[in-house]
Amino acid sequence: MLTVTGECVPEQLAQAAEAGSVDARVVQALRNGDERAFLAIVQCHQPAMLRVASTFVSSAAIAEEVVQETWLGVLHGLDGFQGRSSLRSWIFGILANCARSRGTREARSAPFSSFGAGDEDEPAVDPPRFLGADHPRWPGHWATPPEQWAEEKLATQETLKLVREAIEVLPRGQKQVITLRDVEGWTSGETCEALGISEANQRVLLHRARSKVRTQVEQFMQGGSR
Amino acid sequence: MTPRTPRELACRELVQLVTDYLEGVLPPEEHARFEQHLESCKGCTAYLRQMRDLVRLSGRIRDDVIPPEAPRELLQLFETWKAQRS
Repeated sequence: MLTVTGECVPEQLAQAAEAGSVDARVVQALRNGDERAFLAIVQCHQPAMLRVASTFVSSAAIAEEVVQETWLGVLHGLDGFQGRSSLRSWIFGILANCARSRGTREARSAPFSSFGAGDEDEPAVDPPRFLGADHPRWPGHWATPPEQWAEEKLATQETLKLVREAIEVLPRGQKQVITLRDVEGWTSGETCEALGISEANQRVLLHRARSKVRTQVEQFMQGGSR
Repeated sequence: MTPRTPRELACRELVQLVTDYLEGVLPPEEHARFEQHLESCKGCTAYLRQMRDLVRLSGRIRDDVIPPEAPRELLQLFETWKAQRS
């Protein structure tokens, strides 16, 4: 069961003591046909839903369709929501199902790189960064060691943009895993469940994704501003 | 069986283990080797720090978006659903 953390609830309800009771009130309002409650919950989750959906399908337009289909599923499933998971987890579980089946349908008609691990021995760091295995004193140690990144530069919008772009161009499986784990802050269990992959596979994809993005950021941090 | 003395990790190996380390899934012995290496290696310490910085930075993408208004079609969808219920 998805138990996505970091609840996002309409502000006026955020004070309530327990997330569970907030969910119950939101659900009740929705069941009563409260339009404002619907608008609030849509506004709250829509950006993340679009980000997650767009990692499964080929275009922003299709991602929007998936999200719309999800809301329809949410409304029609509302009477069956029992609060065993948080409302947010439940919504994202429906989203993952919709997105996954849409992605699978798409994959049948277009060639997509999927979770196939691909380039098996892809190193995390460019091999010339290390001394050779035959080095007399320090075999396999850094030839050009990484340096700590300057916080001022790291905190800029430009760096953030670079990270976003670097994630954008990753192979699909890597992009999905890093988006769910690092951008959305899901746990590995939640991510594996949503993507239907094993923990081990998930770690391989996460490792490759982070390694590639790190390389990009490192080049940027060392190279002055773009 | 000959008892194996744990060999010191090379930086080149450490970078391949960094995700497993951060995920907390390294076997205890490997975990110890990893941390032992960090103690004496500034380069790998910086590398690990970079990875942590990166995870933090990626999380900021999430907060970087101003939630848009709900699209009109969704409101329509809600109204239709509501009408079907009553």
